[in-house]
Amino acid sequence: MTNHWNDLANSDCVMIIGCNPAENHPLSFKWITKAMDKGAKLIVVDPRFTRSVAKADLHVRLRPGTDIALMGGLINYVLENNLFHKDYVANYTNAAFIVNKDFTFHDGLFSGYDQAKRAYNPATWSYELDAEKKPVTDPTLANPRCVFQIMKQFYARYTMEMVAAVTGVPKERLLEMATTFGATGQPGKAGTLLYAMGGTQHTTGVQIIRSYTLLQQLLGNMGLPGGGINALRGENNVQGATDMALLFNTVPGYMAIPSEAAHPTLKDYLEKETPKASFWINKPKFFVSLLKAFWGEAAQKGNDFAYDYLPKIGKGYQGSGYSFIPLFEAMNEGAIKGMLVWGMNPAVSAPNLTQAYSALGKLEWLAAFDLWETDTSVFWKRPGAKTKDIKTEVFLFPAADSLEKEGSVSNSGRWIQWRYQAVKPHGDAQSDLWYANRLALELKKLYKDDPQAVCPDPIVKLDWNYGEAPDVHLVAKEINGYTVSDKKQVANFLGLKDDGATACGCWIYSGFYPGPDKKDNKAAARGTKDPTGLGLYPGWAFAWPVNRRIIYNRCSLDPQGQPWNKDKALFAWNPVAKTWKNFDVPDFKWIDPATKVHVGPEESAKAPFLMLPEGKSRIFVPGGLCKEGPLPEHYEALECPFVNPMSAQQSNPVMKVWKSELDRVAQVCDPKYPIIATTFRLTEHWQTGTMTRNLTWQAELIPEMFVEISPTLARARGIKAGDWVQVKSVRGEVRARAEVTRRVAPFCCGKEGFTSTVEMVALPWHFGFAGLITGGPDSQQNYAANQLSPMVGDANTMIPEYKVFLVDVQKV
Amino acid sequence: MGITRRTFIKGLGSGITAVGLADVVLPRSGWAGVVAPAKTKDSQVTTSICPFCGVGCGLIAHTKGGKLINVEGDPDHPINQGSLCSKGEAVFEVVTSPRRLKKVRYRAPGSDLWEEKSLDWAMTTLAQRVKATRDAAFIAKSPTGVTVNRTEALAAIGGSPLNNEECYLIAKLSRALGIVYLETQARL
Repeated sequence: MTNHWNDLANSDCVMIIGCNPAENHPLSFKWITKAMDKGAKLIVVDPRFTRSVAKADLHVRLRPGTDIALMGGLINYVLENNLFHKDYVANYTNAAFIVNKDFTFHDGLFSGYDQAKRAYNPATWSYELDAEKKPVTDPTLANPRCVFQIMKQFYARYTMEMVAAVTGVPKERLLEMATTFGATGQPGKAGTLLYAMGGTQHTTGVQIIRSYTLLQQLLGNMGLPGGGINALRGENNVQGATDMALLFNTVPGYMAIPSEAAHPTLKDYLEKETPKASFWINKPKFFVSLLKAFWGEAAQKGNDFAYDYLPKIGKGYQGSGYSFIPLFEAMNEGAIKGMLVWGMNPAVSAPNLTQAYSALGKLEWLAAFDLWETDTSVFWKRPGAKTKDIKTEVFLFPAADSLEKEGSVSNSGRWIQWRYQAVKPHGDAQSDLWYANRLALELKKLYKDDPQAVCPDPIVKLDWNYGEAPDVHLVAKEINGYTVSDKKQVANFLGLKDDGATACGCWIYSGFYPGPDKKDNKAAARGTKDPTGLGLYPGWAFAWPVNRRIIYNRCSLDPQGQPWNKDKALFAWNPVAKTWKNFDVPDFKWIDPATKVHVGPEESAKAPFLMLPEGKSRIFVPGGLCKEGPLPEHYEALECPFVNPMSAQQSNPVMKVWKSELDRVAQVCDPKYPIIATTFRLTEHWQTGTMTRNLTWQAELIPEMFVEISPTLARARGIKAGDWVQVKSVRGEVRARAEVTRRVAPFCCGKEGFTSTVEMVALPWHFGFAGLITGGPDSQQNYAANQLSPMVGDANTMIPEYKVFLVDVQKV
Repeated sequence: MGITRRTFIKGLGSGITAVGLADVVLPRSGWAGVVAPAKTKDSQVTTSICPFCGVGCGLIAHTKGGKLINVEGDPDHPINQGSLCSKGEAVFEVVTSPRRLKKVRYRAPGSDLWEEKSLDWAMTTLAQRVKATRDAAFIAKSPTGVTVNRTEALAAIGGSPLNNEECYLIAKLSRALGIVYLETQARL
């Protein structure tokens, strides 16, 4: 989230799109309700009628996977009707930048497409540069090749008629949505946009989210109280796990993992990864400090701070990296021999589960650390498994729960909050901290003692001194960072150095534990004061970075430094005294660190987005950072019952489509699978159900797998409410009880002359085959919805397409 | 263990209490002082954060003699102000459930049952497996001679329900081993 939960109360219009906070983030709705009590409008965009929809002023029931078309329509409307925030757009976005004259777009494809490689050469997706290599701009936004005009022309194709044909939303409702949310384009008004997996779990996921950000930029909704683009995180520390880089492509603090092609040496890494401008010019300080935190004394200038001890990635499986989907594809080919699973249950959460089970059976060994017996840890005795033929050795370690250990977690709003230990773990159960520590100590011993060990130095020399029973505060202090010579905690990341003088485990967290004692731990801060009344709670916990509650907050002020909305001021610039008064931590240069003289607003108005070299937010993304193109264009899901009405390009032109035997995909408009399926979550269950399917209270609340079926589909198939039905895709099938309900309805869409009506069913994905309840009465059934979904992902992130695939439904 | 009538009535009971008190105006400090705190009297209070979704609601846990006796919403927490959803209300059972694992379980290749093992044996054996797998499939250099020090035979996934400090140590150890197949729930 650019903003945070309490801040939702400051909004004038809340758009919920691709998430369902009333059910999946229930307590957040307290703050949406508060906003509505003050007169805010609530728009909910969802293919289903949810409890969030039940509270909405406006429900926009779009066909799943058509968000870009919807946003394109809104963008077009906002531009055509001058609802956008002109000063904001001209000053704070890259709207004024002139684009390379060779950049083109034609019939669904941008310039540079290579059909054979299914990839773009993004050379033309760039800014025009002047003699000094600076981007050429036109502040009047009139130049036909400026980003603003290119965008305007691009989205002119997204007329209300076209958008209605793609999304299935009636034109009148589209207009109502456009005028309601478009009203936040007035200076002083704030609209917030909340999203989650409904936006991301598509083969066009990244561009869907980009399309949301385009609208927010046009309406001047970034950086304001009550504004922003807010991803609602599904797990209590999925934010922290991402910050700590449990992702193949990063190291802690969102820096790239070195790659063999681009970064053979530290010099290469620092040169290529450090931009010439933006706050990222400090990257060498953060990266070298990370190497010092990892390898301590062994990381010296002479050995490039042990740079070679970090692995360098290659191209990954079939050239597609090492993310979750290629990981399972590689495992199924037998390339991965051993896997550690830290509190995860891919035997329910992976797409195309038949393939995932086959992959797990190819492992030589699997080690799971969990509170419960998970579906993954007993995959070898799942319904239908040939147990004796599965040669995987399995270790299942009993883990401590959150109340049985101590440490910090980061919520969606970037608040790092401390959890204390209340009780001791049961039996032999240990914290994951203990397991990671013990495993590291065992490995250090093995590598030290074995003269034949392969490349032992990265392990033997790993700086790892947390004790036999690891002290979590030592780890927290390492994450914060310290000066090496005196082991003094740094105040924040401004104290980090690129010469090996400092160590820091995750620079963005720096400042959360700035002193030696437990009282210095700001994650544990419990100040309940809210001086501004804007819900910033600056003394409660610590929001990364540097306790900033709203990021990009320079944009809450006009270029002269005055707040767009005087009642919701985050800063006050006194033009006479030439001083700032700050209520949040500025996300802009406001003071000269050397002279302590306050810096006037004119300078920061030039670069309100500190992390980007051009200093402006990006409507047009240059340089191929988004693989499909610099502007979001609508494509259909891989499995889809409609021909794309927007262009000849049916689906994402650059996504990876796998060809293994188990990677089956239905045809476009496949007559055998004529129904759209989508997956969703419930309040009472959580994720793969590992936690909640083992709790008697939750099991009692929602005991069985079900599928939402419209009354029209039920009638057509002779299905009655409560019947057991079989939902079948080209990959697998699952049984579920029929919930015949108007919460789902068919969509009537398509190009003029080619319209058709297609039913949609919706399945919760929390069920499986292990635990107190599995989802049904038959112990020989697997009730996991992901037996149906395809192993295909977004071209940038590889997040699987769980939200749209094709099925058929029959009564059992 | 199944769902008993008793647990059902227990849940119902708290519902009735709430209805009975519907006309009582609650102070910001929540139920404390309104309902006689018989159960939590003289207990030790520990604050925590809910282990379910990403909202990050505050919890308070009451313990007596090292035993958990109650979990409820933290009334001082700015986000949830004492309230919890049905999952948050069930955190008590996460800790106290008899279904929680207490011992290491081990499944030998081809076996159809779990064996119970000691923690020491399991940790030393796991370390041996990690080392053997890594060393057998370690890539020290790329075809062009660049030092890459990675293994593509080991994978590590998960971490999103864990604490930051745990995630950090897992990242640090995984990278030191040369693991490149490193992923968390955020990817899904």
